[in-house]
Amino acid sequence: MNTVLQFIITGLLFCLPILSTSVAFGATQSAEFEQGVQLLASKSFTEKEQAIHMIGNSGDPLAIKTLQAVYAGKLFFVKKDKTLVYGEPDGSTYSVTDFISGEDLGLIKKRKLKKITINNKLRGVLKSVLAGLNLQHPDPKQRLAAAEEILTGLNPELITLLKKSLLTEQDPEVREALTSALAVAGLHHQDPQQRLASLALIAGNLNPVVKNAIQALIEKENDPIVLKKAEAALKVIEAKSTWYARLETLFFGLSLGSVLVLAAIGLAITFGVIGVINMAHGELIMLGAYTTYVLQQLMPNYIGLALALSIPAAFCVSGLTGILIEKSVIRFLYGRPLETLLATFGISLVLQQTVRSIFSPLNRSVATPDWMSGSLVINPLLSLTTNRVTIFLFAMIVFAGLFVLLKKSSLGLNVRAVAQNRNMARAMGVKAARVDALTFGLGSGIAGIAGVALSQLTNVGPNLGQAYIIDSFMVVVFGGVGNLWGTLVGGLSLGIANKFLEPWIGAVLAKIIILIFIILFIQKRPQGLFPQKGRAAE
Amino acid sequence: MKLKKKVTTALGMTALAVTISASAMAADTIKVGILHSLSGTMAISETTLKDTMLMLIDEQNKKGGVLGKKLEAVVVDPASNWPLFAEKAKELIEKEKVVATFGCWTSVSRKSVLPVFEEQNSLLFYPVQYEGEESSRNVFYTGAAPNQQAIPAVDYLMTEIGVKRWVLAGTDYVYPRTTNKILEAYLKAKGVAAADIMINYTPFGHSDWQSIVADIKKFGSEGKKTAVVSTINGDANVPFYKELGNQGITADNIPVVAFSVGEEELSGIDTKPLVGHLAAWNYFMSVDSEVNDAFIESWQKFIKSENRVTNDPMEAHYIGFNMWVKAVEKAGTTDAEAVQDAIIGVTVPNLSGGYSAMMPNHHITKPVLIGEIQDDGQFEIVWQTSGLEVGDAWSDYLEGSKDLISDWRKPLSCGAYNVVTAKCSGTN
Repeated sequence: MNTVLQFIITGLLFCLPILSTSVAFGATQSAEFEQGVQLLASKSFTEKEQAIHMIGNSGDPLAIKTLQAVYAGKLFFVKKDKTLVYGEPDGSTYSVTDFISGEDLGLIKKRKLKKITINNKLRGVLKSVLAGLNLQHPDPKQRLAAAEEILTGLNPELITLLKKSLLTEQDPEVREALTSALAVAGLHHQDPQQRLASLALIAGNLNPVVKNAIQALIEKENDPIVLKKAEAALKVIEAKSTWYARLETLFFGLSLGSVLVLAAIGLAITFGVIGVINMAHGELIMLGAYTTYVLQQLMPNYIGLALALSIPAAFCVSGLTGILIEKSVIRFLYGRPLETLLATFGISLVLQQTVRSIFSPLNRSVATPDWMSGSLVINPLLSLTTNRVTIFLFAMIVFAGLFVLLKKSSLGLNVRAVAQNRNMARAMGVKAARVDALTFGLGSGIAGIAGVALSQLTNVGPNLGQAYIIDSFMVVVFGGVGNLWGTLVGGLSLGIANKFLEPWIGAVLAKIIILIFIILFIQKRPQGLFPQKGRAAE
Repeated sequence: MKLKKKVTTALGMTALAVTISASAMAADTIKVGILHSLSGTMAISETTLKDTMLMLIDEQNKKGGVLGKKLEAVVVDPASNWPLFAEKAKELIEKEKVVATFGCWTSVSRKSVLPVFEEQNSLLFYPVQYEGEESSRNVFYTGAAPNQQAIPAVDYLMTEIGVKRWVLAGTDYVYPRTTNKILEAYLKAKGVAAADIMINYTPFGHSDWQSIVADIKKFGSEGKKTAVVSTINGDANVPFYKELGNQGITADNIPVVAFSVGEEELSGIDTKPLVGHLAAWNYFMSVDSEVNDAFIESWQKFIKSENRVTNDPMEAHYIGFNMWVKAVEKAGTTDAEAVQDAIIGVTVPNLSGGYSAMMPNHHITKPVLIGEIQDDGQFEIVWQTSGLEVGDAWSDYLEGSKDLISDWRKPLSCGAYNVVTAKCSGTN
């Protein structure tokens, strides 16, 4: 009766959320578990490793929870009386509960707690022990993850576990993962027939572990049939990996290109449409990034919302700054490109140092919302990072929006009219000065939006803008001044070219070659990819 | 007020009559130069060091100054502009008559001021880890030489983690290039095949790491334990670590050990994707020692913020400044020549609870610590050398430098003495 009860409790425990601490477990602890937990307090990492194995083997219901808490770095000893506690940081103190009994111990100062530290080796050990335990997890997703984790670090102990769980496993996906893990192990079988069978099972698997295992097999295989099959399998995998590598590079290129487009598109308006060489464009991007930072500081609990709100906010901040710059400086310098260049360069330095004085020269930390971290795994060889995908889509939306604005709105009509023929437009009653200011504000506002996106990719610091100003000019000049399509095509193709060159010749040379290419290109075609046609193009 | 007036008068007088010697002017205070960028790209790292020096000088003055005189800090801003460093150094020495200067961060700024300090025979304390291959009579290197940071870190990875394949990733300039050259020679001497070493350089401020991280991932997926040794500088680190996290590379499958990422750099970023990655330094803010607690407390009080962190170059200034004070007191004068002789062998407490000594090659002894980045931006120390490492000016693993030693004690007094040919080749 008692054992049945224990069994039920054990079962229940597995179903409980891992971190629930409200139930008292006192009675169920085995001696091995207790010893292991005590050993965790040791200073030596070797002893801690032993402790992890002991806890893993103990079969204790608390084992998974304990190991997970150690892995997450949330298990502590109180320095005074050596009680094992679970702690969540709460400002400079920790809110602490007794790990075994689940009793709430209130807030304890950081200095009074001793964290159970782990190093990378222990992290690996923990992962593999946890994977072994998780093979019995009620959630098939967890079991699948466990089986995949085991594949990367097979050892005889885990193989026995795999075999055992294969007997009871029902979920087809998990079964497949278990079978391929066992098949990788089966490549070392003494019987060539068995090796052949294992090989057949994993032939289509793209996991790098499988590839390595097949390579290892080829090196020491002496059975000609197996060897031939293995070589064929390897060939298939290699062909697939080259194909996916190309696809990946293309994605990298598009993503770099979309960043370039975002950074340059505001400039395409100010430089392309009203012909102002705005060296402070980068700093307007920086202002957008800082707006994101400020909004996140104001709403520390809603990081995603703050990010969404910073898009209009950054547009306003940078746009208004842009209008201010136009009204106070650039307006007086129209038609004098050299002076404009110098004046805006000065403004860029002023803006940088202002930000440095207000926010300190240190970089600011802008958090990434959870839905923007990690990657979309398509297969073991190809995964697309979520933040890049988001930014690519964002860049396309901004481009489309701007395009529609210029083509369909009355502001757009005025802007195009002034750009094509200022005098004629004025004669038709367009207030050219106002349109100039609004255009400059629009370009600056778009730069601010680019800053929001960049805050998710790079450092938010006073120098953020400098890194992008050259690239932006490059894209605009390459694409053709005054043409939005040119900026889009120019940015994307430069991004892709850069990423295809990078693996061959390194990042430094790739950048140089792109620059040289552009210099040669504008020698041949000074108007860029998409030259303006008609009278505007004098 | 009175003192200030006196100083101004004294200053005015020197301006009028240049013939009045420095010692006459220094009757009231001893001037110490601080040469750190307060604007431009390097301001991010160097501003903190300026504040550290101001705090140390302030504390020393509260203790009664040096040789019975108060210290006076002269702060200049070389604005992250390398030639301007030399100009400002000259200004400090010639115009301000400082007796010693604490400053520089990048190697290129140090190279820029080096001739000035040698020509004027003044003293520079340089607090940052650097590539070695230099030893000047006028410079004291209180940061780590490669054998005090890079080599122990590689040893740790090799013996404790069992790393077999190496990615040496760095920013394209002198420190990473030289360090990686030394590391490559060292790894090859340890039997690592050339195919197991991947070297990669990126421009300053590189922000698009997608394909490099994908390469690292591929390089690391070939069955052997792989680690990245990163000499990536400053700002480029954040996007690099972010990309690692996004592409699913965690510290337990491919650990990254960095030589330029400290508490200060981490305070500006979201550390979630970095947890478990490593850094090698001679000091961490998390070091458990009483001197360190006291230092942190006085720093946070001085800077009036409980959130400010301490880092390795700050400790280097702490050690360097205390060494200078001790040497001046030993010599009884601030004269550069006398201090140079007196400072060799001076031993002062470091912040990790031990003592650091100035060696004859103008480098100091330090412990080497390896820390893992935690989610609060601090480091958990996972390994440290059992004793102190002596900074080696000339690497033992590079052709052309392995026979060189540096010893500034008389009668040798040479920065690059070739033990094979028994010749002294220049001063630095």
